[in-house]
Amino acid sequence: MKDFFRSIRDGVVSLQLTVALLVFGILLVFAATLDQTHLGIWGIQQKWFRSLVVMQEFRGLVLPIFPGGYLLGGLLLVNLIAAHIYRFKFTTRKAGIFLTHLGFILLLVGELLSGLWQEDFTLRLNVGETKSYAESFRFNELAVIDTSPSKFDEVVAIPEEALEQHRSVQHPKLPFRVVTKAYYPNSLLQNRAEDAPASLATAGLGLRVTAAPQPLTYRPDESNLPSAYVELVAPDAPIGTFLVSTGLVASQEFNYAGRTWKLCLRPKRIYRPFALTLLQFTHDRYIGTEIPKNFASRLRLTAASGQEKREVLISMNNPLRYDGLTFYQAGFENNDRTSILQVVRNPSWQIPYIACALMGAGLLGQFGLHLLGFIAKRRAPALA
Amino acid sequence: MSKHVFSLSLLIALAIVAISLVRPKNPDAYDLRAAGELPTLVNGRLKPLDTVARTSLLLLQGRQRVVAPDGRTLSPIEWLLDVLYRPDLANHYATFEIVHPEVLALFELTPEEGAGKKRFSLVQLNKGLPELDRQAKLAENVDSALRTSFQRAVIQLREAIILFQRIQNSLLPPGDENYFDKLLSLAPTLNDSASVAKTPLIQELEQESSTMDTLGYLLPIPPESQMENLADWKSLGAVVQSGLATHHLNPAALSYARIGSAWKNHQPEAFNVEVRAYRAKLDQDAPRLLAKGGIEARFNAAQPFSTSMTLYVATFLLAVFSWLKWPQSLARAAFAFLLVAFAVTSLGIGTRMALENRPPVTNLYSSALFVGWGAVALCLVLECFFKNAIGSAAAGLLGFCTLLIAHHLALAGDTLEMMRAVLDSNFWLATHVVTVTVGYAATFLAGFFGLIYVLRGVFTRSLDRSTADGLGRMIYGIVCFATLFSFVGTVLGGIWADQSWGRFWGWDPKENGALIIVMWNAVILHARWGGMIKQRGLACAVIFGNIVTSWSWFGVNMLGVGLHSYGFMDAAFWWLIAFVVSQLVVISLFAIPTTKWRSPGI
Repeated sequence: MKDFFRSIRDGVVSLQLTVALLVFGILLVFAATLDQTHLGIWGIQQKWFRSLVVMQEFRGLVLPIFPGGYLLGGLLLVNLIAAHIYRFKFTTRKAGIFLTHLGFILLLVGELLSGLWQEDFTLRLNVGETKSYAESFRFNELAVIDTSPSKFDEVVAIPEEALEQHRSVQHPKLPFRVVTKAYYPNSLLQNRAEDAPASLATAGLGLRVTAAPQPLTYRPDESNLPSAYVELVAPDAPIGTFLVSTGLVASQEFNYAGRTWKLCLRPKRIYRPFALTLLQFTHDRYIGTEIPKNFASRLRLTAASGQEKREVLISMNNPLRYDGLTFYQAGFENNDRTSILQVVRNPSWQIPYIACALMGAGLLGQFGLHLLGFIAKRRAPALA
Repeated sequence: MSKHVFSLSLLIALAIVAISLVRPKNPDAYDLRAAGELPTLVNGRLKPLDTVARTSLLLLQGRQRVVAPDGRTLSPIEWLLDVLYRPDLANHYATFEIVHPEVLALFELTPEEGAGKKRFSLVQLNKGLPELDRQAKLAENVDSALRTSFQRAVIQLREAIILFQRIQNSLLPPGDENYFDKLLSLAPTLNDSASVAKTPLIQELEQESSTMDTLGYLLPIPPESQMENLADWKSLGAVVQSGLATHHLNPAALSYARIGSAWKNHQPEAFNVEVRAYRAKLDQDAPRLLAKGGIEARFNAAQPFSTSMTLYVATFLLAVFSWLKWPQSLARAAFAFLLVAFAVTSLGIGTRMALENRPPVTNLYSSALFVGWGAVALCLVLECFFKNAIGSAAAGLLGFCTLLIAHHLALAGDTLEMMRAVLDSNFWLATHVVTVTVGYAATFLAGFFGLIYVLRGVFTRSLDRSTADGLGRMIYGIVCFATLFSFVGTVLGGIWADQSWGRFWGWDPKENGALIIVMWNAVILHARWGGMIKQRGLACAVIFGNIVTSWSWFGVNMLGVGLHSYGFMDAAFWWLIAFVVSQLVVISLFAIPTTKWRSPGI
């Protein structure tokens, strides 16, 4: 029995395991890169890297085909830490190795954290427009808006997840429940023909438009268009079933309990206590070509606290970091009148910098020592 | 004796270089060299006409030499002047390369009708142009990754013809060779009389100039003051149009008209006078521009990289033969050639950097140059330490291969092109791109040492114990170096990505490729430290590193996805496959038991 534990321990701390895990890691990265032509960059991250086991469908059968990124990364972490605790004696000669591995552990942890915490949003601003919120890339929300207060709108945002799981949502601010009748992660909106079969919708745009479910797309030049049929159920009577979709730009209005409400499915919003106004967008091209030379947005940043009001310039390779968010120049549209900024929240963004500094220093020190030793050895016989 | 061998070889190599640097003489009475240095704005960059001629020819027919129907060989600038000023003649030059049989069938042509069985003139193609246009439009609707070879060939040929016609329409309107005569006849009266009536001649000129402004490729006319301001360079058509409207014609337009008339009418004296007068004006207003154009034209003519290719081949052969016979003398000769080849490549890369005002690596072409340069630099250091000609052999082979790759990448057009916005950062180009490229170079170098190890061991008797140990140590050292540089380079790339796209790591194909190189180097080092591989295993593993690196360098670009994708490279794909297969074949040699190797005692 003791031998059994010893052999397990030896396996866990062994370099053989390190090498095996690294080789598996290479295969994982390679396969994921090839799969990118089918699944797109977001799809492969979920399937190959942010998973314990990679599942692949073969003719309707979903089979595990490969250990996923979390499993390999986790095992590597265990192997590394165990080996250091068990085998490693700290000496100056080995300081480089130690630093390198410490940095590597940090790098793995950092990648895990940014996988868990990082959120991406976009901020579209026309020239002159002011916004204090950004919209999510991938996540949507069902916004139920009470427009009756005169100074502001009262918004209840229901995450898309709740629709997906057909949860019945009851909220203290809403005098009715929201029940999902149907949800399609990707859909095609069509005008409803006169003689079409009965629709789920009983009110709003859904009387004229129907949503047909579509398979999910992963192409970089297409995006998914989720739709849902939601029923609003009041204690006294049903208000109606509405079709909501990110493809329907305008929100739908209805009256209930003497108040006017609006309903729409829209990209999830993140509100912040400051506003950005686009003052100017410039897009330079090289003369006589369409090759872009530079994009830049000049913005006015106004903090709600009133303590800050200044102009900022965001351009290629020159983002704005403010209030835990980072704003990047991502694109433009509408004949250079609309600037698209990418907004990223990643509380762990500094970890890779620290990790890489440690690793770089460690490798440099270690290989530097090797080199000096080598040169000294070559000189020694000449002196003798 | 062997000391003299070194000096003698050095002299021979320098003589080869000196020959390449001799200024090309003008073949006849025309001062073509002076004309070739005239600056023009194309694709956002000021370049000499000589560069325009050479890059266009590479795009059209894959080589810079043109043979006229009468058998005369034309220099690139002669060809360009004919295209610009004697369109009827230029249309008979066979400068369109067509190899796809179905495309030839489109024009009802056979290979036998073409020059060299593959080059055709515009006149030969004229009849089939409408059908080509139709086929190309059909093909353009197909996703670029899904196009058949016929569809790609059709699109490519149409682009070549459009380029040719746009060059032609830069200085002459389509179908009117008398444009300059009209312009010159009008010029004396244009500038002084503000009340010139709109004669039919002026109306015709206006019309033609407007067409030229839309269709033309070159923007050759500098502003009358502040020539360095690129935004104000104009096409000839635009300048003539505004000249007619404001009664003031930019004198540069007249210079091009007079040069053109002289060229068209075969008047070398007049041609030279006009070219020199225009140059004198440029030299006075913007001496820097003309000087830069001159340097670039000289650089084009000297072709330093093809000179170093020759020298690298010599280095490799000398080094390899040194293992079989006269080890000391031949090794020294190889080293002398290597030094000169390296110096020439360095000068070439340095000139490119100065012309472009950029760090060494800005695109795939320059990465090939720099991978070779970095690997050769490492070899020089190793050769100084070990003096066993292994460094020279690897340097010769790698230097030659990378320059060959670069030569083929140059067929895609101007290699000093402008940088897209996101890449327009000298700091990151200088740090991330250079470091990661050195990482590629070192990984390749280790792999080539691995090749030398197994090929010498299996096929020759020259790999004795001490040579093998030396090789093993060199390989190990280079793998350490490669790990450091590929890691630091990849990390710097992550930091650049975090600065410009908002994420440190995004699993983009190019990022993954670099990551795989780092991981493979880490595998080799850990396997060696753990005693899982010894000398032979190490040599075998670094050869696999060649496959990994070539995948990361070129393979990922062929996926056609991701932020770093430079477009699908059709022909290169098969070369990559061939390279991978060749490496696998060499790796399989390790399966031969060492007792069967010709070198004993491994």
